[in-house]
Amino acid sequence: MSHLLDIHNLEVKFALRTGDIIAIDNVNLTLDKGEKLGLVGESGAGKSVTGFSIINLISKPGFISKGKITFDGDEISSYSDEEMRKIRGNKISMIFQDPMMTLNPVFTIGTQMIETLLAHKNISKAEATTIALDKLKKVQIPSPETRLDQYPHELSGGMRQRIIIAIALLTDPQIIIADEPTTALDVTIQAEIMDLLQELCKTDNMSLILITHDLAVVSQVTEKIAVMYAGKIIEYGLTNEVLINPQHPYTKGLINSIPGTIEPGGKLYQIPGMMPTLSKIPSGCAFNPRCTEKKEICETAIPEPKITDAGTMVACHMI
Amino acid sequence: MSTPILTIDNIVKHFDITGGFLDQIKFKHGKFQLEKTTVKAVNNVSLSINKGETLSVVGESGCGKSTLARVVMGLYPPNSGQILYDGKRIDHLSHKEMLPFRKKMQMIFQDPYASLNPRKTVQRTLEEPLRFHHPEMSSKEINNKILEIMEQVGVDTAWTKRFPHEFSGGQRQRISIARGLILDPELVVADEPVSALDVSIQAQILNLLMEAGQKRGLTYLFITHDLSVVQHISTRVAVMYLGTLCEVADSKILFENPRHPYTRALLSAIPKVGETSAKHIKLKGEVPTPINLPPGCVFHDRCVNANERCRTDVPVFTTLEDGTQIACHAVEENREIA
Repeated sequence: MSHLLDIHNLEVKFALRTGDIIAIDNVNLTLDKGEKLGLVGESGAGKSVTGFSIINLISKPGFISKGKITFDGDEISSYSDEEMRKIRGNKISMIFQDPMMTLNPVFTIGTQMIETLLAHKNISKAEATTIALDKLKKVQIPSPETRLDQYPHELSGGMRQRIIIAIALLTDPQIIIADEPTTALDVTIQAEIMDLLQELCKTDNMSLILITHDLAVVSQVTEKIAVMYAGKIIEYGLTNEVLINPQHPYTKGLINSIPGTIEPGGKLYQIPGMMPTLSKIPSGCAFNPRCTEKKEICETAIPEPKITDAGTMVACHMI
Repeated sequence: MSTPILTIDNIVKHFDITGGFLDQIKFKHGKFQLEKTTVKAVNNVSLSINKGETLSVVGESGCGKSTLARVVMGLYPPNSGQILYDGKRIDHLSHKEMLPFRKKMQMIFQDPYASLNPRKTVQRTLEEPLRFHHPEMSSKEINNKILEIMEQVGVDTAWTKRFPHEFSGGQRQRISIARGLILDPELVVADEPVSALDVSIQAQILNLLMEAGQKRGLTYLFITHDLSVVQHISTRVAVMYLGTLCEVADSKILFENPRHPYTRALLSAIPKVGETSAKHIKLKGEVPTPINLPPGCVFHDRCVNANERCRTDVPVFTTLEDGTQIACHAVEENREIA
């Protein structure tokens, strides 16, 4: 069976004056209909760039240098800009982190929603308004009619994020890519937004790629998880399996360093050092200078991905 | 019971956001009158912090927790109420009288990118508080002290001549912790010190803060919205909502048995690794604006347990058997809490 989205051997480079740096290195991911995938890692791991590259939103000097992305049987990585515009924001929508920055402050919510619809569909303004209202109801916004005439500054952060989700839903996309959708929000609102996203995936059989640094959120929402480090996927498998039985030392370290996994007041596990900058990735396994289980081979050879009995992909020499 | 090192007594802090004279003119009841718009950030908050403990103030954005921290530090003057340090009132002191207290209480800020002066080297950032508060120290003594503190917080001592931009976020936060500790304070007010950091770096900084706390016998006032961090480091927790305290309890008691309806909702919203089903308590509506506070209990219009009394009477703190302080009519009356 072919997947709804298939990312194969993706490599993204940034051409800098000092030479090319590899931001995404040989990434393989698949997503089926109705499936929810979590993409986790620390800042600079390449999770957002992976999300952007799916809908070709990488701006210069970045470019996809290798690999292909197939969506619904079509190779979208070779699409022209014009062809891509029919996919982007239409069949694959994206939600960004900061709801204050994503909405245009000088247009009303209605204008922004209708404009999106008219750009993608050949319908009248009245029809567009009906759809917009319908989506606002779907994201459980109270009194949706009045919202259409309001400006973003009149709404709270949680409401704005709901509006953004409503805009992403306008064209009934098959995939939603959510890049840290709740990082800027409070926990109670985060819980509501996550509930909403989960429900939408269920009712509309939509697929979700959730990009976040918060393992707990991923654990609650997604079925599959991919852990990224320095541009590579180092562990990829079922969320429950990976989080309960992590194989890669980095994944283990990440999970152990979250407060709440050990007795209060105890010393938290800390991964020594920090993520390397992309221009200075260590040879061999990129994680080797911070790894506690390091052997000689880790410094020389890049670990090949291996599949464990539980079906998890791990890139580590120790497995 | 140990003596409180810091007592916050009925602190009120309102901010006037009216702007100019013309903005104050309002047309009401058939005539023009002058009216001010105030943000009621902190309302009648009383709290005491004991020596050696870590008290966390938690709450969502806009609940007034950072304002409270700044009032404590003397960065904002309170509208009314008192701040007592070791039994001495400090909120009304002159700049000069305040000086000895400033040495004893230091603050660590959230964003290590904004809180360090980009034009000062690590050396100059760290020597400034020493030169200011200890003019008797010689340059050699100062340098030794700087090297000592850098070692303690885990910043390479060879980097004294470097500027903040040459460091990563985690390193910068270490430097700002070093700046906070260099005067050997007794009380450290930390305003979201790990919120801007990645998980693995966050663990490093939390360990550093806990270690320094133990070694130096520090008292922490910790301001944060991250409840898993709170659970890990605090001895006591104060939950704040819309400028008012709802519940103050021992950390263990609070996380095992939250009583205030808001605390319950807040704790139930924490996602946990390995938990798939999210069964959190849903709150009605949104946080009201602190410009027009709801009458009665500030939480009543979002609370499912609210009755007529909650809508009119402001709940006051009652102390329960286990020492938990709580401001809720429903708990007081032993109402069934949903």
